[in-house]
Amino acid sequence: MGAHFLRIHDLHVQTGDMEILKGLSLTVGQGEVHAIMGPNGAGKSTLANVLMGHPQYEITSGTIEFRGEVINGLKPHERAKAGLFLSFQYPEEIPGITMENFLRTAKSAVTGEQISLLDFHRELQQKMALLNMDGQYAARYLNMGFSGGEKKKSEILQMLVLEPKLAILDETDSGLDVDAVRIVSAGVQKFHTKDNSLIIITHHSRITEDLPVDRVHLLLDGRIVESGGPELVDQVEQYGFAALGS
Amino acid sequence: MSEAARKKTYVEDISRDLYDEYNPFTYSYKAERGLTPDIVREISKRKNEPSWMTEFRLQSLDIYYQLDVPPWGPNLDELDIDNIITYVKPPTDMRYSWDDVPEDIKNTFVRLGIPQAEHASLAGVGAQYDSEVVYHSVKESIAKQGVVYLDMESALREYEGLIKEYFMSLVPPSDHKFAALHGAVWSGGSFVYVPPGRHVEIPLQSYFRANAPGAGQFEHTLIIVDEGSYLHFIEGCSAPKYSVNNLHAGCVELFVKEGARLRYSTIENWSKNMFNLNTKRCLVDKNGVIEWVSGSFGSRVSMLYPMSILRGEGAKAEFTGITFAGEGQYLDTGAKVVHAAPYTTSNINSKSISKGGGTAVYRGVVKITERAKHSKSTVSCESLMLDAQSRSDTIPVIDIATDEVDMGHEAKIGRISDAAIFYLMSRGISEEEAKAMIVRGFVEPIAKELPLEYAVEMNNLINLELEGTIG
Repeated sequence: MGAHFLRIHDLHVQTGDMEILKGLSLTVGQGEVHAIMGPNGAGKSTLANVLMGHPQYEITSGTIEFRGEVINGLKPHERAKAGLFLSFQYPEEIPGITMENFLRTAKSAVTGEQISLLDFHRELQQKMALLNMDGQYAARYLNMGFSGGEKKKSEILQMLVLEPKLAILDETDSGLDVDAVRIVSAGVQKFHTKDNSLIIITHHSRITEDLPVDRVHLLLDGRIVESGGPELVDQVEQYGFAALGS
Repeated sequence: MSEAARKKTYVEDISRDLYDEYNPFTYSYKAERGLTPDIVREISKRKNEPSWMTEFRLQSLDIYYQLDVPPWGPNLDELDIDNIITYVKPPTDMRYSWDDVPEDIKNTFVRLGIPQAEHASLAGVGAQYDSEVVYHSVKESIAKQGVVYLDMESALREYEGLIKEYFMSLVPPSDHKFAALHGAVWSGGSFVYVPPGRHVEIPLQSYFRANAPGAGQFEHTLIIVDEGSYLHFIEGCSAPKYSVNNLHAGCVELFVKEGARLRYSTIENWSKNMFNLNTKRCLVDKNGVIEWVSGSFGSRVSMLYPMSILRGEGAKAEFTGITFAGEGQYLDTGAKVVHAAPYTTSNINSKSISKGGGTAVYRGVVKITERAKHSKSTVSCESLMLDAQSRSDTIPVIDIATDEVDMGHEAKIGRISDAAIFYLMSRGISEEEAKAMIVRGFVEPIAKELPLEYAVEMNNLINLELEGTIG
């Protein structure tokens, strides 16, 4: 069953008149951790957004199949309910809605169940402690005035609360200091089980050192040009993207 | 995703069902349409007013004839004042018990939740129906403190000296055409006097309901909070929708004495045939505080700019306002502050939402006189437009006559952010709920200032609905 957890086949995506993904194929099995590396402008963030269903991107051909279902036409919230999660590179700030209220609403929406205020509060506080987050952040407006590092922790917190099946981390490690990367990695490790998969989009190797990466893919100009084991990270470090892509 | 498959969402209009239920138009007396000295004399005579008030009305009418409609702001061409009935006396006298109020009028206020709120959380209630107050009551504990809460007609009889001294002293009939109109045909409203050193723990509330089609409502509210006292006064207004235009030209005059604090909350939910041309003003003495909380949801056209005159050293004004302009509405609202003494402070925080082609304009003035050294003022206006048809403008005027002030101004006009909607949707929240969350979040800082039952109502008003189906 692992082989067909996520299957992207010959995906072409454009925004406006510009084609960004040009026949991208990728398969991620259940419980696997994949890293996608590539230079700026290669289409990494586009891939993340398309997987989550961002309306700005149009799929002109190809399919995204998740847990046996083609999800090309699903709206973002339907994909979330199907078990997808995206940790944003630049999380939005939403004034007037507390983190706790928002997350409880989201959890209810994803699970379709009402959640007790008290139970949820306890769960949230525990998960915040795990990420070294001040518990008072739960009462703050969603991401409002959070530092870059706090925003990334907020994304990981949301992932731990919503418990998706497949999480896509878009540059979650960028802009973080070493300590923050370690905390975020710990959160990601907590999430990762044999049932849950991860796609880690990055252009650093740091975060991949802490995680049991199964496959590494090199994304260049809208296509996966090379796939391999963790050793590919070292080659990228050593030779750069350009050399490997040619 | 094809265009046809894209669901369209919109923020629903405020549900008006509750407000639109109307009673048959009954009255014990109504004035002829239009405005003549004879009509004004007749209103005054029926109210058994002292002759100085009759004279005051006639002088106001003279000024009214001389003044033009303001040349700025929303278009008032469709307001045909010659066809407005200026005085409608409901078929009852004022009562002190809801049981004595005629059934249909009482039921109107029950639907609006007024007797229930009185029972639960108010120290006193006044209820005006068309031109006259039909119910007035104040809790004994409050009356024992020496707090006076009366309808204006009774106040004119019982406190004639005070009324003569204060009435339209702050908003003179010469202020503008509709102030003059108010001076000529005012009727109803509330009078509050809080003696020195009293802290009125629970709010007083007056509710103004206009039921008669094609009529005007011109209630006068006069509040004096004496030295060191505190009062929270809530004003609510609504009317059912008719095909003819109605006019509301009320007048609110507030006097905050030394060290006193007054919180004045308004929830205005007039129907969309209402021209709401209201004038509110507050005079604040040394170390006094006025706090305006203002929710403007209804009316076809509103022109409303509560003004605070900080004449005593250390006086303070706070204005918190939310305006929601839907289809066919032009809401021109804001706040004015005059800093006329040193060490005075003002904070203006205004938010508006426009949708369905509605227009929301913030228009405000902060004037800092030469005397007002070491004063501080901050103005923040934020507008959220929910679609491309709607309009929003910010017209802040700042006039500073001294260098030694601290002035901050911030204005933000924007559309609802697609990125924010996507972010919330990616967490499992549907598009319409995401939009509702963003709108609720936008108004949250204001909502928490509203009296609780109104805050709940406002959140309910911001309902969202899905239109169309997947094609």
